[in-house]
Amino acid sequence: MAGINKSEFPNPVINWIDTRLPIFTMMQKEYGTFPTPRNFNYLWNFGALAMVIMMIMIATGIFLAMNYQPNTALAFDSVQRIMRDVNYGWLIRYVHQNGASMFFIVTYIHIFRGMYYGSYKYPRELLWMLGVVIMLIMMATAFMGYVLPWGQMSYWGATVITNLFSAFPIVGQPIVTWLWGGFSVDLPTLNRFYALHYLLPFVLVGVVFLHVAALHITGSNNPLGIDVKSPQDTVPFHPYYTVKDSVGVCVFLLIFALLVFFWPNVLGDPNNFIPANPLQTPSDIVPEWYFLPYYAILRSVPNKLGGVCLMFGSILVLFVLPWLDTSPVRSARFRPIYRQVIWLFVLSFVVLGYCGMNKPEGIYVILSRIATLYYFFHFLVLLPILGKLERPLPLPESISRAVLGGGGGGPMPSGATAKPMEKA
Amino acid sequence: MRAFRNLLAAGMFGAAMFALLTIAARPARAQEEAPTPPAQNWSFNGVFGGLDLAAAQRGFQVYSEVCSTCHSMNLLHYRDLEGIGLTEDQIKAVAAAVTVPVGLDDQGNPKTGPGTPASQFRAPFANEQAARAAMNGALPPDLSVIVNARTGHANYVYAILTGFQEAPPGFKMMGGMNYNEYFPGHQIAMPQPLHDGQVTFADGAPNRIENEAHDVVTFLYWAANPEAIQRKQIGVRVVLFLVFMTGITYAVKRKVWADLH
Amino acid sequence: MADPSAAVAGHHGPADGVTKRDFLQLIALSGAAIGTAAIGWALVDSMNPSKDVLAVSATEVDLTPITEGMGITVMWQGKPIFVRHRTPAEIKSAEDVQLSQLIEPATDASRVKPGHDQWIVLIGICTHLGCIPLGNKPTDPRGDWGGWFCPCHGSQYDTSGRVRHGPAPLNLYLPPYAFETDTKIKIG
Repeated sequence: MAGINKSEFPNPVINWIDTRLPIFTMMQKEYGTFPTPRNFNYLWNFGALAMVIMMIMIATGIFLAMNYQPNTALAFDSVQRIMRDVNYGWLIRYVHQNGASMFFIVTYIHIFRGMYYGSYKYPRELLWMLGVVIMLIMMATAFMGYVLPWGQMSYWGATVITNLFSAFPIVGQPIVTWLWGGFSVDLPTLNRFYALHYLLPFVLVGVVFLHVAALHITGSNNPLGIDVKSPQDTVPFHPYYTVKDSVGVCVFLLIFALLVFFWPNVLGDPNNFIPANPLQTPSDIVPEWYFLPYYAILRSVPNKLGGVCLMFGSILVLFVLPWLDTSPVRSARFRPIYRQVIWLFVLSFVVLGYCGMNKPEGIYVILSRIATLYYFFHFLVLLPILGKLERPLPLPESISRAVLGGGGGGPMPSGATAKPMEKA
Repeated sequence: MRAFRNLLAAGMFGAAMFALLTIAARPARAQEEAPTPPAQNWSFNGVFGGLDLAAAQRGFQVYSEVCSTCHSMNLLHYRDLEGIGLTEDQIKAVAAAVTVPVGLDDQGNPKTGPGTPASQFRAPFANEQAARAAMNGALPPDLSVIVNARTGHANYVYAILTGFQEAPPGFKMMGGMNYNEYFPGHQIAMPQPLHDGQVTFADGAPNRIENEAHDVVTFLYWAANPEAIQRKQIGVRVVLFLVFMTGITYAVKRKVWADLH
Repeated sequence: MADPSAAVAGHHGPADGVTKRDFLQLIALSGAAIGTAAIGWALVDSMNPSKDVLAVSATEVDLTPITEGMGITVMWQGKPIFVRHRTPAEIKSAEDVQLSQLIEPATDASRVKPGHDQWIVLIGICTHLGCIPLGNKPTDPRGDWGGWFCPCHGSQYDTSGRVRHGPAPLNLYLPPYAFETDTKIKIG
């Protein structure tokens, strides 16, 4: 790719830089004129929101790191010093703490959009898998971040989750000892979690870059699930989606602000205000809310190894979703059965979350087992079969036809339906 | 159709938040071990809550005269008392009246001296073992963030302080324990700390148990959340600003998209 | 779904100069800039000295235990501060010096507070390469001018803290301080 191409920007400074390193041309192409389907709904905002909250988390995290002490004797007090003595420390800490929750809310809705509209199907399978990688990195980062304040829940949550690896035969206990750097969660563990918690977000930035790059090769999906056929189907990203995303950002920040300024600890656990005590276990060990569904899956199986495998499996199954779903149609809008049963999946996820926050006794055991079964049933049984048996609704001829309602409006008469998504 | 779908997206987001907050506001899991503490009126409640400085100062007096005998508040320094309205001179006087560790003497032994505004609150015991030794093995928890560290928060702490009673007939009390209506399991190692008229307030405010408990919990809430009032004030302005910005950006969005429809 | 603003927008084109849309965009961008600046300020301000650091940014020294001829060292903002109670002989020898004899000329009066010339308060860091001069303890050498003696390279200071023998180029620095009462000073 040799050769300098003279830039076309009028501003001389920008022109000089762009001729030598065409970042402005790239920005213009990828975020300025990039042809984007014209029929996005607000569910398409959530990817941009995820990027916004990611940057907020990195910024607040760096400033917290200036004051945090990763030593078991000092960690809890250093966080309190941030809250009390550092100028606006309370604000930075609460933004970071609640930002984690906002990051997961936004990501879960973003994933739901992908599942509903078939954004994981050809040609976006790799895009989807990169997304699953992003989610895994987020979960690892959040888990380690929660250990850092060194409260009771930090310590005991870390102990329970790292102990899970001992379920693996033979190599399990050595792995756990290796993770801990000792014989229990202690100073070496805290130190390395701090180092990794600082590192992983930058790995995340790299994977997000790949995720967006993959998206820009295939182009975005849209609520109709049909391919872009002509320029009339699209609009330039700027100003249409920059401005629409700005609305989403404002609503997002509004909800975020309500949490940070008025209910900053409502999503947290009071036990984490008690300094970690290895000699005293809290009556309930509960992870943060965004891990509750997976926690419930873990506890639904009476066998330790089985629970661990099922818990990891519940995320790994997402990797193969593009191949589990056999439907030739992308968007649930044209899949009359799928568009209803997906809500059962959502319900099972919510029920799992609810079970995760309660003790594994009585009705919660039965509920979590039913919900776990349904969760896997959805992916492993329902989707493969439904794709073959379901009769999809006729697809519109094109996006612009459907949106602008040109000639006759609505779908074409039967026998002249648009082809479902073309496969290579 | 499009508006419906947008509403769906917004509704999902809102429903997710609502579900979260409902889940988060769930009653204390210890409900089967103790009743839920009744809600009290606190000056700091609500979006526009303020801090009753007089109550907080009386509460500090209650802490100093009663609670500090057994409970430390290691995260607080005397200079922090500016947050409940004490002047610089009052803070210096309060600090100078207590004896705190001030480093080592020339022989290398720890020495004590009068406190300064920069000193940590004087702790009743040098460390956990000393506390347990003095308290028959029980450890009086540090009170710096106690209001945040318990489900039920201020209402719970108030309920504990005012919840000491005779054990109901048939209830088996372990030796050295005290019956408390709201403590999980009903048996607490702390004997009733507050009584009517125990602390005399300089401003002549009433000093029955309920008043003393109310004032000390107000103080403890401030101690756990010294930034709360400023946080809510900034929050009101930020939320109003964001509501305004949502309106403006939506108006721009409508204008930009107008030529497409 | 007819959009009423479409009709309005139809009447405003870019050729119309500043349109309502441009105005709204300007407000939106300004709002975004204000919001970003506010957040940015909070982050930047968090790097300023925190409350616990500010709490020890000023030190008070009680002068009553310091008898005539004695000097003490206190810490202020991480630096050693010499506080010496000068005898009348020391004061006189400081005042009687000819300015032309000084390496860095300065009157004694300019280095003490009016009415309190028996007290000299100095930053105890040698202006040569930063060692801490000797002279506060009764057993310390004080140099030929009765002030302080730096053991690292032999600089000597007089009873006013002025350098009399190099290699130090400058007098000992004065910290900001004030007398709160006759027996108490606040440094910083």
